[in-house]
Amino acid sequence: MVEGDPDVKPIVGLEIHVELHTATKMFCRCPNRFGDPPNSNVCPVCLGMPGVLPVMNRKALELGIKVGLALNCSAGGFSKWDRKGYYYPDLPKNYQISQYDLPICRDGWIEVPLDDGAVKKVRIRRAHLEEDAGKNIHDHADHTGVDLNRAGVPLLEIVSEPDINSSHEAGAYARAMQRLVRWLGASQANMQMGHIRFEPNINLHIASAGKTYKTPIVEVKNLNSFKALEAAVAFEIGRQTEEWRADPEGFSLEKLSKQNRGWDDVRMATVFQREKEEAHDYRYFPEPDLAPVEVGETWLESIRSQVGELPLQRRERYIKEYGLAFKDADALTQDGPTGDLLDGAVKAGADPKRSVNLLLGRGAAIANERGCQIAEIGLAVEQLAELAKMLADQEINATAAAKVFDLMIAGRQNPRQIAMKQGLLAVTDAGQIEKWVDQAIADNPSAVQDVRQGGKKQKKAFGFLMGQVMQKSRGAAAARQVQDLLEKKLGGGQQ
Amino acid sequence: MPQKIDNELVRHIAKLGRIELADEQVGTFGRQLSAILDYVGKLQELNTDGIEPMAHAVELRNVLADDSPGESLKPDQALANAPQRDGDFFAVPKVIDDSQ
Ligand SMILES: [Zn+2]
Repeated sequence: MVEGDPDVKPIVGLEIHVELHTATKMFCRCPNRFGDPPNSNVCPVCLGMPGVLPVMNRKALELGIKVGLALNCSAGGFSKWDRKGYYYPDLPKNYQISQYDLPICRDGWIEVPLDDGAVKKVRIRRAHLEEDAGKNIHDHADHTGVDLNRAGVPLLEIVSEPDINSSHEAGAYARAMQRLVRWLGASQANMQMGHIRFEPNINLHIASAGKTYKTPIVEVKNLNSFKALEAAVAFEIGRQTEEWRADPEGFSLEKLSKQNRGWDDVRMATVFQREKEEAHDYRYFPEPDLAPVEVGETWLESIRSQVGELPLQRRERYIKEYGLAFKDADALTQDGPTGDLLDGAVKAGADPKRSVNLLLGRGAAIANERGCQIAEIGLAVEQLAELAKMLADQEINATAAAKVFDLMIAGRQNPRQIAMKQGLLAVTDAGQIEKWVDQAIADNPSAVQDVRQGGKKQKKAFGFLMGQVMQKSRGAAAARQVQDLLEKKLGGGQQ
Repeated sequence: MPQKIDNELVRHIAKLGRIELADEQVGTFGRQLSAILDYVGKLQELNTDGIEPMAHAVELRNVLADDSPGESLKPDQALANAPQRDGDFFAVPKVIDDSQ
């Protein structure tokens, strides 16, 4: 039993399975679609019938390479397929087509933004293509139901080096990966649909009394949410620390090597899994039914040209070029299309900050109500640009702009036409505004006095008079004009 | 010469393939598999120094299909050969390990 506080360093590597966003499966042309009736998207190839010939999906190959390039991997070149043999009812061929020794992507890295604003670099060992298995349905007492719609759906397995040192970092890494694959259009990466799944490998390096101890590596299988991933890593760090304390010499990597554990979502704990003694005897061998692929420089460059600006680069640009706060820049770079809207509006001459206010104001509110990205609410670049310009030119005030925003995404109409039709355009007529201003001054002598005297009450009184004018105009007066005129009339303005 | 595939290895391979073997079959298959290995082992006599390992027997590369959906089977066709079904699911003996 070890007392006191030894120096515990968690060592975590992560395998992430990502379902690629293709129209068809990896080796046959059955639809790759979630939620269809059981066994309706199957054919002799993905059912594992004898004598069939699988043919590789070009799009899946290119998406895999695209992700690899964005992860700074060496990608392409010569690559081949292998059979990984194991028996399970959701695997109709009794082998999975995967890549063993020549993966399509190797040796990369990703920059992971952490909560404290720091950026952590995590190395990528490899990313390879393989096919997904079907689904076992365990809701019957006496048998298991098998749906093979998912069998053969293209997967990219991304394997990190053990560079992750806490549950928070594991979560941040997984979120960065989700953002990246969505960004690239490589995967929808929807948790509920099982598009992205995590398998962390966890052990501890413990320095105590001048010695370094290594605990056995535990692989936690099939985690389906960020929450489960973070909780499983945190649980393992605690459990392994306790086990090591109880028996520092026995609970070691040398003596116990590697174990698999499952995750119990109800107890929020990892649980021991009985090891089938031959579980890891996969008997890989080259897949004879599939020709190897060779992705030359020209092809690789054409894929590279589709990668474009990555989320962290764009976030940095928004802070530097548009002067956005970190929080706003971050919110706008969760996906590609939302930032494309902003960039499009700015290119069309709109002010970045006014465009951002519209996107992160009503845009984010509507997206939140609908549970979608801002880019998916039906807003066009031209609409955003025009409304932002109207705001900048004082043709409309913020409250009216919010109303126009809601109306224009519903009907795809031009914001100026909507504002005119709804009577939401600001009144800019100098004569009309002067009338309202003069009336407000006449009606409120004590506020006028407070402003003229200066001092503590000045600011509040000025705001009150502004409010009176806006009220008289029923919110339609161009606010900047009202302010300028009030300042002029009350003598040199207030600071 | 000792047999290349002994009884223990035959049982291991059978278990991986979920094949049940009677004791007398273990001996038979061990002898047959060893004979096959001996026959193929003839290839080991060739000198392959300086020859690149081959990934595939056919010299084809990049046999790829476009990502456009074709026709799938109807569930009834897909399940036609299933020994047991439960609605449109294949029904198999209860799986205890539900790591999927
Ligand atoms: Zn199919």
